Amino acid sequence: MTQAKTLQPDEARQKLKFYQKGTFTVGNRLVSEDERSVQASEDRSNALTSGHRACQGCGEALGARYAIDAAMRATDSDLIAVNATGCLEVFTTPYPETSWQLPWLHSLFGNAAAVATGVAAAMRVKKKKTRVIAQGGDGGTTDIGFQCLSGMFERNDDVLYICYDNEGYMNTGVQRSSATPPAARTATTPAVGPAPGNVFGTGKFLPKIAVAHNIPYVATATVADLHDLERKVLKAMSIHGARYIQINVPCPLGWGAASCDTIKLARLAVESGLYPIFEAEHGRVTSARKIRKQVPVRDYLKLQKRFAHLFRDGVDDPRVARLQAICDAHIAEYGLLGDEDEA
Amino acid sequence: MKTMDHDFAITLDVGTSLANHTGSWRTVRPIYVHRLPPCNDACPAGEDIQGWLSFAEAGDYEAAWRALTKNNPLPAVMGRVCYHPCERACNRAHIDSAVGINSVERFLGDMAIAKGWRFTPPAQKSGKKVLIVGAGPAGLSAAYHLALFGHSPTIHEAGPAPGGMMRFGIPKYRLPRDILDAEVARLADLGVRIEYNSKVSDLQTTMREGGYDAAFLAVGAHIAKRAYIPAGEAAKVLDAVQVLRSMEGEDKPLLGRRVVVYGGGNTALDVARTAKRLGAEEAIIVYRRTREKMPAHDFELEEALEEGVMMKWLSTIKNVEAGAITVEKMKLDEKGFPQPTGEFETLEADSVVLALGQDVDLSLLNGVPGLEMMDGVVHVGPDMMTGARGIFAGGDMAPSQRTVTVAIGHGKRAARSIDAFLRGETFASPPRHELASFDRLNTWYYGEAPKTMRPMLEIARRSATFEEVVQGLDENNALYEARRCLSCGNCFECDNCYGVCPDNAVIKLGPGKGFEFNYDFCKGCGLCASECPCGAIAMVAEEI
Ligand SMILES: Cc1cc2nc3c(=O)[nH]c(=O)nc-3n(C[C@H](O)[C@H](O)[C@H](O)COP(=O)(O)OP(=O)(O)OC[C@H]3O[C@@H](n4cnc5c(N)ncnc54)[C@H](O)[C@@H]3O)c2cc1C
Ligand SMILES: Cc1ncc(C[n+]2csc(CCOP(=O)(O)OP(=O)(O)O)c2C)c(N)n1
Ligand code: SF4
Ligand code: SF4
Ligand code: SF4
Ligand SMILES: [Mg+2]
Repeated sequence: MTQAKTLQPDEARQKLKFYQKGTFTVGNRLVSEDERSVQASEDRSNALTSGHRACQGCGEALGARYAIDAAMRATDSDLIAVNATGCLEVFTTPYPETSWQLPWLHSLFGNAAAVATGVAAAMRVKKKKTRVIAQGGDGGTTDIGFQCLSGMFERNDDVLYICYDNEGYMNTGVQRSSATPPAARTATTPAVGPAPGNVFGTGKFLPKIAVAHNIPYVATATVADLHDLERKVLKAMSIHGARYIQINVPCPLGWGAASCDTIKLARLAVESGLYPIFEAEHGRVTSARKIRKQVPVRDYLKLQKRFAHLFRDGVDDPRVARLQAICDAHIAEYGLLGDEDEA
Repeated sequence: MKTMDHDFAITLDVGTSLANHTGSWRTVRPIYVHRLPPCNDACPAGEDIQGWLSFAEAGDYEAAWRALTKNNPLPAVMGRVCYHPCERACNRAHIDSAVGINSVERFLGDMAIAKGWRFTPPAQKSGKKVLIVGAGPAGLSAAYHLALFGHSPTIHEAGPAPGGMMRFGIPKYRLPRDILDAEVARLADLGVRIEYNSKVSDLQTTMREGGYDAAFLAVGAHIAKRAYIPAGEAAKVLDAVQVLRSMEGEDKPLLGRRVVVYGGGNTALDVARTAKRLGAEEAIIVYRRTREKMPAHDFELEEALEEGVMMKWLSTIKNVEAGAITVEKMKLDEKGFPQPTGEFETLEADSVVLALGQDVDLSLLNGVPGLEMMDGVVHVGPDMMTGARGIFAGGDMAPSQRTVTVAIGHGKRAARSIDAFLRGETFASPPRHELASFDRLNTWYYGEAPKTMRPMLEIARRSATFEEVVQGLDENNALYEARRCLSCGNCFECDNCYGVCPDNAVIKLGPGKGFEFNYDFCKGCGLCASECPCGAIAMVAEEI
């Protein structure tokens, strides 16, 4: 936290390209401290510290530390977080303990955006520079919290809202949310009957709805690309007004995956095209993260028990092809293939 | 109680979860390990390639050279003549192409010569005297390591100059002599004594007279193998070792306009390429089998073909007359052995050079009790000791693939065993780490970076001169090449484990110091091990 930031995040990304072992890794011993990621630093804030009760390999715990530590760096630790109900709240703060190392408050499942608006207003009244982040799961964001969030966007309140998207209501036992992908088995979309798992054609992709609010900044990110994630948080914190970042955070428990595969799954979600990673400013998509090594969506699905019913008896269910078609559509829509420099 | 001291609405202290030791959930634990990089595993000289590349990629070339020369005192030579089995084993080949280990080695060797880097002499001398017979790579390597151990090695060399086959075999266009001289001079500087023109003909006498405590024999294999070929009186038949050897003297061999070389090894290629450079219009290699079966390395054959050397495959020489030879065509049987066909052909040839391999001259060992010979070479144990106590042997005269690198490795192994022997002990090599095979790596984290090609001298200049054919890398290329190394099996401080742990259970100890696990909080999810690019973390079961 002591070192000066000499390179802008975009410049740092350019420079790191010349290191065959340091381009994608968290750190890089061959470059100076300030050219490395926040997570590589010995004095990162560890805003979400040890002793929390998230499951082994929890992507949400990881994503939250990545994002909040970056925001702490950007604000010189002058930051308050407001949390919706959900795993992130429950596993970090079971009374009388908390893992948070910044001012943090929790109110309800559906009102994080509204509470954050209020905190930001209070800071303004008190003439404080303290920045405000609201955060929650996909359920608390795309479903019950959606009205508060849309209002916050519409008023362009000075809040960064971060959604940790693990594609379901995990904290209450893995129920379907409007961010659950088609075909996925959840407690409320069991893998039984003629169309097992979640239905095709419903749900919503909130980043696009956020873009439609014409707010200053919207981005998607993934725990599989730390540099991209940190760059986006740093960028968001350099902007005032309503901002939205949605981070794909695999959930080993809810997805039925090995705890050691969390980052791999996030990577496959991006590299298959299923989870498009892009950013938008004032209603316009400005850049998309290119796929580096394209993989069929099958590789991603195969590692998760929530999709096991697609591979029964050694044959691929036709819905694997439908999921692949979704990937292909994303690839076309966001231009996910090709050389990064062309973008 | 505590909450009483807090401001309004503040209920909990920051970070109070630290009281909750989630490490108790763990059933498997991560541990940091070292695995053996395949390059190191394949290096006959036992270099820690991954280790010295890691200094080179940081731009600390002197540290890289020092790490390299811990095992091999002749990097500038090796960077030119080694057949680099390391590169064939390199994991990077599965991604794009192998790391150019050999070219970085040469870069370091050349830089050391240019900068005048010297070896650090040992702090203490043991006073023990070791006789070394032969100043080829095996002898030089043994002398170097013995000198570093503090012993006093003396090399007796039959010839007038050091290097063995590196000087009297390998041609100048592959190994310039100033390079060899510079690296040998550095050994002399360390205290290695070499007595030239001092052939050992009776080992026991030399040892007794010199008061030696142990001996290392490294006389190489210098007696050319002959094949019976009927030859006319005026026919000119030479042997390859003799031809190459005379290249070092004043009188260059007279081979004529059309030279036929008989054999399929590297020596045959070297002779043919040398003949070309001496002005021969034609240099034809006659070999009884096919290209696939040829023992010579592919790249050497390619270089020879580029220079205009011609090949006559599946042929044996039946007869040599003045100005011409008769060859018989062969065909391979089902087992791949060449069989005569009865078809003959005449080739014009002013001279024929036989390159059919070499035997060892073992006469100096007459009367040494306990020595055992096998297939014309001296039998040695894993510690390089012969059947006679205190007498060790290595290089071409022992069972060996007969390369400079193997000879250097033998010299090192023998030196370690001799050192132990002189202290009344036996050398036991430390257990080898598990191999860092390709499936241990998480290759996602490695960027795309194809190998830098070494610039080649133009073909035209090559065939007329003895200038070096393969050129070195400049610093930019060398640095780039070093950074292509994946650091297989050994932490390169990428901070991935430190970053990806959802529980902050990895403690970063600072530059060069590595990492530690905080088992109070590690839940054993295994993300660190999965995301470690180089396989330096293993997951082991907890005893529950
Ligand atoms: C033409 C040719 C090209 C080659 N090219 C390569 C190559 O590119 N790469 C590679 O790795 N290998 C190559 N080799 C093989 C390599 O040179 C040998 O394997 C290696 O030199 C063997 O080392 P050594 O120390 O055992 O013996 P040598 O290098 O043969 O040295 C033995 C030394 O002992 C001396 N000596 C012999 N008898 C006595 C005695 N009684 N008393 C005192 N001194 C004695 C000799 O004069 C000589 O100096 C080549 C070989 C030849 C012939
Ligand atoms: C109004 C209200 N309804 C229901 C709940 C129960 N509840 C708590 S967390 C949760 C699901 C959270 O899902 P999500 O927001 O996706 O977060 P996750 O746990 O998946 O991270 C639910 C339904 C609640 N706390 N409040
Ligand atoms: S259920 Fe999923 S999101 Fe919740 S703590 Fe466990 S892994 Fe994390
Ligand atoms: S990548 Fe590096 S450590 Fe791995 S085998 Fe190649 S040179 Fe050795
Ligand atoms: S993840 Fe990186 S820092 Fe950690 S052990 Fe592996 S190489 Fe070293
Ligand atoms: Mg959720």
